[in-house]
Amino acid sequence: MKKYTYTEKKDTRSGFGVGLHEAGQKNPNVVALCADLKGSLKMDAFANEFPERFIQIGIAEANMIGIAAGMTIGGKIPFTGTFANFSTGRVYDQIRQSVAYSDKNVKICASHAGLTLGEDGATHQILEDIGLMKMLPGMVVINPCDYNQTKAATLAIAEYEGPVYLRFGRPSIPVFTDPDQKFEIGKAWMVNEGTDVTIIATGHMVWKAIEAGEQLEAMGIDAEIINIHTIKPLDEEAILKSLRKTGCVVTCEEHNKFGGLGESVARLLSTELPSPQEFVAVNDSFGESGTPDELMTKYGLDTINIVEAVQKVIKRKK
Amino acid sequence: MKHTINELEDIVSQVRRDIVRMVHSCQSGHPGGSLGCAEFLTALYFETMNHSKDFNMDGAGEDLFFLSNGHISPVFYSVLARSGYFPIAELATFRKLNSRVQGHPTTHEGLPGIRIASGSLGQGMSVAIGAALTKKLNKDHSLIFSLHGDGELQEGQNWEAIMFAPHNKVDNLIATIDYNGQQIDGPVEQVLSLENLQTKFEAFGWHVITSNGNNMEDIVKSLEYAKSLTGKGKPILNLMSTQMGHGVDFMVGSHKWHGTAPNDEQLASALNQNKETLGDY
Repeated sequence: MKKYTYTEKKDTRSGFGVGLHEAGQKNPNVVALCADLKGSLKMDAFANEFPERFIQIGIAEANMIGIAAGMTIGGKIPFTGTFANFSTGRVYDQIRQSVAYSDKNVKICASHAGLTLGEDGATHQILEDIGLMKMLPGMVVINPCDYNQTKAATLAIAEYEGPVYLRFGRPSIPVFTDPDQKFEIGKAWMVNEGTDVTIIATGHMVWKAIEAGEQLEAMGIDAEIINIHTIKPLDEEAILKSLRKTGCVVTCEEHNKFGGLGESVARLLSTELPSPQEFVAVNDSFGESGTPDELMTKYGLDTINIVEAVQKVIKRKK
Repeated sequence: MKHTINELEDIVSQVRRDIVRMVHSCQSGHPGGSLGCAEFLTALYFETMNHSKDFNMDGAGEDLFFLSNGHISPVFYSVLARSGYFPIAELATFRKLNSRVQGHPTTHEGLPGIRIASGSLGQGMSVAIGAALTKKLNKDHSLIFSLHGDGELQEGQNWEAIMFAPHNKVDNLIATIDYNGQQIDGPVEQVLSLENLQTKFEAFGWHVITSNGNNMEDIVKSLEYAKSLTGKGKPILNLMSTQMGHGVDFMVGSHKWHGTAPNDEQLASALNQNKETLGDY
């Protein structure tokens, strides 16, 4: 197992904030819109340096999406910022008609996704957003795994023409990817090559997958670990190549098992390479109040859950 | 003026013919609101706006128009085609399979002249504000025009936008309300009353003007007046009274013609009331 270490923990939303600021320095057409969560989204650096390009919308997410769509007409590249719940479910029809169907170059940037939002509870913890966004034709869906990858993804989507959903989170988690990485939209990252099982993980679950890989190694199981940061378009080639070698897969995501990364992988495999699959995901449930760690444990999104899913799926191999 | 009032009224007569023929041909669509806004759209595209029929999405240096109440697409399509954005023959494909002239306006099929999809109501004012903000950032001094139904104001997103525009001094925007008092289920005042729209918009910080949308001279003058009010720190609201179905006697003033197509006999009657001035498509 390839060794991964970290020297610090940071939140992915801060990676977004730094990436947005840098994107703004690189391209004067980048504009940022925020629905009264500038601090939470770490948009202060951008807002301070480019006040004329920062638009405070107020608590009016529908209006924010519509204004962002309109701002693309004339060449601006709008990044909208609010929590994932208010970035998607609250404004689904605005995104559908004014952004996706109208093919507008809007970047919907969503923080505090999933259970790790923590104490605010289920009203704010969306676990359905990946599904909502991936169903929209033409929408790119990205869920990076640490601070560095989120920063790189933010810079990459500024250069991509078309609607994007960028999902990140609140808690501080290990920073283990390369600070100077080149982010390729739609390209899987091979975290560790292995032969017995493929573990496919996105977002906060990638570090847990690495921890699981180390535990599995001690048990004599050689796990291949793939980071799918871009859920749509899915890197089908990388997944199929891995499954041809390992013959079984565990998918890991901080999302409802319905509509998420796991289902995208299952759809691919069912038509191209039917394989045993286990899902480490929330079991069709809302969340609740608690610390991020407590919630990840209670809802079955811990390292141990990945290990157990791997043991189960390997037994199902013919 | 680029055209005389008589010339503009002749265009309107042809636009009305286009509207009823399009809706009759596919036996679906929304003739009432379309007819009521024929003068307004004609005035905008043939007189008021500075625009190029060579369409490009960004529209730099041009005045831009956004239709929020997308169901009155027949009048929009007719005016765009008659302005030269696409061949008038294409109007015959309205609401039919494999057409660029979709039931509601969309950018998705690449129809020149359309800059945003609309149809799901209440989204157009936000989009228009966004385009207006970009004009300002680009130091482009042209204007943004938008049209909204009165019933459409029941959608909450409008009020987010109505609050935003004055706070942010979006003074390069002229939004027009098609104040015909009718919506699908009946008179607006019965379905969900708008109360006093003028004082509502004024309370939010807009400069409100009123106009008669079915009087060409009045609407042309009102739009010129609205233009003179831009750049003074406030968004402009043109509260435009119209009659649903204007120009076709049996459709006038009734919500029943919001979304109903005329039969053959009714089409003949409607065409008799509006002379062919530019040649039917």
